[in-house]
Amino acid sequence: MPYNEIRDVEVWDGDVRTQVLVGGEGPPLLYLHAVMGLQWDPFLESLAAHHTVYAPYLPGTVPGDPDAHKPLEDVWDLTLCYDEILDALGLGAEPVAVVGHSFGGMLGAELAATNPARVSKLVLLCPIGLWTDGRPWKNPNVLSMAELAGAAFADPTGPVAQAALALPEDPEALGEAIIAITWNLGVAAKWWWPIPDRGLRKRIHRITADTLVVWGARDGIISPEYAADFGRLIRNCQVEMLDDAAHVPQLERYDVVPGMVRAFLDD
Amino acid sequence: MFHLMPHRELPDDFSTKYPSVWVTPPWHELVPDPARIGQFYNWTLDELIYGAEMGFDGICVNEHHQNAYGFMPNPNVMGSVLARATNHLDVAIVQMGATLPTTQPAIRVAEEYAMLDQLSGGRLVAGMPLGTPMDANMVMGIPAIEQRDRYAEAHDLIVKAWTSKETFAFNGKWNQLPYVNPWPRPIQQPHPPVWIPGLGSSSTWRFAAQHDYSYCMLSFFGSQVGKRIMDGFWEFSEAENLDRNPYRAGFAQMVCVAETDAEAEKLFAKHMKYFFDKCLHVPDHWWGSPGYQDYESLSRGIRSGTTMKMLEIIQNFKNFTYREFVDKDIVIAGSPATVRDKLVDAVKNLRIGNLMVLQHIGSMPHELTKDSIGLFCTEVLPKLRDIWDDEGWENKWWPQRLRGQRLA
Repeated sequence: MPYNEIRDVEVWDGDVRTQVLVGGEGPPLLYLHAVMGLQWDPFLESLAAHHTVYAPYLPGTVPGDPDAHKPLEDVWDLTLCYDEILDALGLGAEPVAVVGHSFGGMLGAELAATNPARVSKLVLLCPIGLWTDGRPWKNPNVLSMAELAGAAFADPTGPVAQAALALPEDPEALGEAIIAITWNLGVAAKWWWPIPDRGLRKRIHRITADTLVVWGARDGIISPEYAADFGRLIRNCQVEMLDDAAHVPQLERYDVVPGMVRAFLDD
Repeated sequence: MFHLMPHRELPDDFSTKYPSVWVTPPWHELVPDPARIGQFYNWTLDELIYGAEMGFDGICVNEHHQNAYGFMPNPNVMGSVLARATNHLDVAIVQMGATLPTTQPAIRVAEEYAMLDQLSGGRLVAGMPLGTPMDANMVMGIPAIEQRDRYAEAHDLIVKAWTSKETFAFNGKWNQLPYVNPWPRPIQQPHPPVWIPGLGSSSTWRFAAQHDYSYCMLSFFGSQVGKRIMDGFWEFSEAENLDRNPYRAGFAQMVCVAETDAEAEKLFAKHMKYFFDKCLHVPDHWWGSPGYQDYESLSRGIRSGTTMKMLEIIQNFKNFTYREFVDKDIVIAGSPATVRDKLVDAVKNLRIGNLMVLQHIGSMPHELTKDSIGLFCTEVLPKLRDIWDDEGWENKWWPQRLRGQRLA
């Protein structure tokens, strides 16, 4: 299902504004996007079939409001900001499901660790946030588009990658897309650069939500070896490793991931 | 005279074999004899000191990290040698310079610059660079989107540290210091002149204007491309009601001098090729590190096509012939007369008071560099000295004791 509302929210004592895409029907679900920015892609459409999906733009990535991130300095600020976004959306009465991809996965884990009672279930898709020296990692901000495709997708020239990384042909629209992607990457990096280890390891024990970790076995951005760590460190956690997928398993294995996530959330 | 201190002996196949000259070039493969690098550092110092003795008004080093085209990670280490070695000369020590956001805490810049000003008897020009994406983000690990705010905070701390009569607490976001009271303080009052290097971003111009500092355009593009940017700078300055004192502006230009134009090609072509083929061998997209430009500059650069144009120029460098480098004034090279005429034109057209000349290029050997410096200083420099005299400006952005006619 598509989104049907773009909701403005104001949090942080009025100092931070962002927008939330809202769509679907069913129990509330918070979706936290990755570093390239928010897209209401087929995976969100699938989530919206059975949940009311709330997908906030990372403050600073709403077109037209590039400096909205400024009051939020560290991961602690960002996590609390999202806690407030849930309040601003009126989602205080019941715990909510949280689904986070990559950078959004780190944020979702921090949210669940900070306010455990607030998160009913947690789904982490290739989350960043843990670090072991020597494990392969690719910094998305220093890769060319071709290198990014190669690292993030098991089939970089296939239809899923092409659709996800498609840039407009029209030169003006292409320019705008480059501006948006570059800026989104720059904003997100504020909270993970230079190494995506911002202290989650110290706090991860606090997560009480039932957690599902999904990873693509060929992830070239962040090593799939971290999946076992998340599985071990989060008290109620199951791990699914998928073949023929890399860093975007929710699209690369659209044949199984939406169903898997739905079954997990419904359970 | 500005020097980069490059690796002079990178292998011929360097740019096909390695992805980058910056951040990742493997030291152990590219430096078979570590002591050779010590020789490069000493030659660099010798060349700068020679330039000072032969007539340059200032000598200048910069800061880069993990970069084979220039690796003086702490330029102040070089600056202290240069200060000591030129204490008998009326020559400025131009540090271009300690990179503000990545020298932590920023009080280190205030302290080291004050030491240099003291060591040199008040001859320091305090350059305050922002830092490149490669140095600041990839090597020193700071998020690009914070870089300008960190820079501004560092600047404020440094200037307050130099000028405050009382010990103070500084409660910044990135510098939290309970008792700031640096020993030493600079000789120059209220503090050494400050130069702000940049490429062409209006936020840099705005910062320089706000604080009445001198702006210097540092690039490898040369004076023809530089003209467009400097025109923009002077338009901006006029809109800000700043006077047209040419010493508000500095400009970096590569210059090679030989006896004749033909001789210049013979001597310098291969070193220019070395520099532009190997020394600027960096993945294109690293220059535009996400978050490095503020949103306004990012969007304006892409929408106007300027960003793509700049990238094309850099990409084309590898293909240029000697003729193209020289015709496009990317390197001003030739006989003293040729160089003189081109530089006089460039200085006038771009309205530059502080001309920063790079004379060592890439693989250039020591003796050839000194020859070029010697010819420049004896045949070209005297003709550049008086360009702005009839307009009667004072160089406010120059050590006070060096503003008059040079006696030593």
